[in-house]
Amino acid sequence: MSVNIIVCAKQVPDPEGPPSSFEVNEAERRVIPRGIPPVINPFDENALEAAIRIKESSGAFITLLSLGRSLSRAVILKAVASGADASMLVEGDAFDPSGLDASATASLLAAAIEKIGPCDLILCGRQAADTNAGLVGLGLAAILGLPAVTLAQKVEVVDGRVRVERVLPDGLEVVEAPLPALVTVSGEVGDLRYPSLQAIKAAKALPQTVLGPEDLGVDPSGLRRVETVALKAPSRERNCKLVEADTPEEAGRKLALTLRQDKVI
Amino acid sequence: MERSGKIMVLAETAKGDRPASISLELMGLGRELADGLGTSLSVVILGSGVGDAARELARYGPDEVLSLDHPSLGAYNPDLYKEAILGLLKSSPPRALLAGHTSLGQDLLPRLAFSLDCGLVTDCVGVKVEGGEILFIRPVFGGNALAVQKATTDTAMATVRARVGEVPAPSATPCEVRPVEVETPAPRLEIKGREIIEDRECPLEEAPVVVSGGRGMGGEEGFSQLRELASLLGGAVGASRPPVDSGWAPTTCQVGITGKVVAPDLYIAVAISGSTQHLSGMSEAGKIVAINKDPDAYIFKVSDYGVVGDWKQVLPSFTAALRETARD
Ligand SMILES: Cc1cc2nc3c(=O)[nH]c(=O)nc-3n(C[C@H](O)[C@H](O)[C@H](O)COP(=O)(O)OP(=O)(O)OC[C@H]3O[C@@H](n4cnc5c(N)ncnc54)[C@H](O)[C@@H]3O)c2cc1C
Repeated sequence: MSVNIIVCAKQVPDPEGPPSSFEVNEAERRVIPRGIPPVINPFDENALEAAIRIKESSGAFITLLSLGRSLSRAVILKAVASGADASMLVEGDAFDPSGLDASATASLLAAAIEKIGPCDLILCGRQAADTNAGLVGLGLAAILGLPAVTLAQKVEVVDGRVRVERVLPDGLEVVEAPLPALVTVSGEVGDLRYPSLQAIKAAKALPQTVLGPEDLGVDPSGLRRVETVALKAPSRERNCKLVEADTPEEAGRKLALTLRQDKVI
Repeated sequence: MERSGKIMVLAETAKGDRPASISLELMGLGRELADGLGTSLSVVILGSGVGDAARELARYGPDEVLSLDHPSLGAYNPDLYKEAILGLLKSSPPRALLAGHTSLGQDLLPRLAFSLDCGLVTDCVGVKVEGGEILFIRPVFGGNALAVQKATTDTAMATVRARVGEVPAPSATPCEVRPVEVETPAPRLEIKGREIIEDRECPLEEAPVVVSGGRGMGGEEGFSQLRELASLLGGAVGASRPPVDSGWAPTTCQVGITGKVVAPDLYIAVAISGSTQHLSGMSEAGKIVAINKDPDAYIFKVSDYGVVGDWKQVLPSFTAALRETARD
């Protein structure tokens, strides 16, 4: 059975960037990325990979959905080329992530999903690398009235149901839900495959819809349920006592003795 | 704005019938908030056969314990847990609902918050009352910034990390435990089975010492050396994400923003560079020791002790010296 899958993918400043590339602007309560490119949130990439595997095993039409202020077309193209069939971009100043919380974002995405049309399965990353909140997926499921399973490490569609291996702190569990359903995907699914140059070229011809705030008909301004009242740079640095010796073996011994002396061990 | 309602803590059990340590910590935090706002503190416990845990919780300073004890709540099914507690939240909306930032808290609280249209702040590393408002502090951008947030709704919800609250001293006069009627709708989600892979002899989150390896361990063999050191120190083995992705260490070992948050007395980071995502999971450790061959690795900036060198040379003599001095 071929299913319609929507994968929600957010663009975030590359979370692997060094700490110095995240400038904390306390006055504007905003983090300003410096010299790091936007990327698809890594967990959303995992979600797309999970979708592509379903497509390979039982057939699927995959629509990539992204919402933001100004979305990098190159980043979208590469993601679509990995194995999606269409994309919808929802773009506008009103959709700057710093002005939205999970409730507002979920409402906007729900409106966009209604425009895409009937779908069987919505996949989201378990959390975004900028907000780290892990809320939008479950928010979307609540608005759309769908059953939802979080933290998938494997997603399969079997007989009109979704079967999920879900990550637990000490293992895993298998959960099933009737379609349509929403699943949030964890990193254990595995990395998104790399598209070939040929696939990137071909992806340019795939259908893409671009919507603005007026098309969506949802005003996010009154939808926030959480406000950021202050933003600070964290202080984590400590004074490191470097243990030095003539050889690394000796340094290892000396470290042990120092920790004993200082009663750390 | 004037807001009313009590502070409510959602408790969980650990190993069957004892309250989880996070839940006891939240009793301390909940009490602080309740006192700060001049309101009362309730604790809710859900499960099957949780009578002992409920009575134990009653000794840690709440004004009431609400017990939702029903055979259908034996194992966590979000549909059943959500329905069981929703009625309670609707009939007397609390000023705040606090849960641990645990597997259960991360899954259940968003469902409750969106059902009731409440503001929810997840992964809090601090919660306080200021000017009659509850403020929540949480890391954002993988720990590169700390946000102070508040809910704009009458009820605020939050998931809170381990070791944010302090366990209060138990009292000899427990409060009342009130059983609450449980609704049992037919769940849409069906739990087909569970597989436990972690050795719960020494759960990572509770270990006094954590010895973690990173990408620089280069393979599984390195991790057996870390296990040897960990068992010598009575601790557990952790890992950064790359070793987990490469299958050198089980997923249950991952420390960091998307793994476990640990705060042991001693954290030993071997061949770990100190990414913000990793630091988010361990920077609250008592003492941090780093072994890394790169003198400029960021991990040294956040450590108390360090050795610059190849772990293959440093670690064996370190472990041997600890073993020798232990015999004395
Ligand atoms: C959304 C998101 C979530 C993430 N969540 C997590 C998380 O929860 N936990 C986590 O850990 N990471 C997480 N990451 C990944 C994180 O960004 C880093 O990539 C990761 O922590 C790096 O791990 P590392 O320090 O082991 O590897 P590297 O950064 O590659 O560092 C390896 C270190 O080993 C040293 N080394 C190499 N060989 C030796 C040797 N022989 N002897 C001594 N030292 C040696 C090197 O000098 C280097 O410093 C996440 C990333 C993203 C995008």
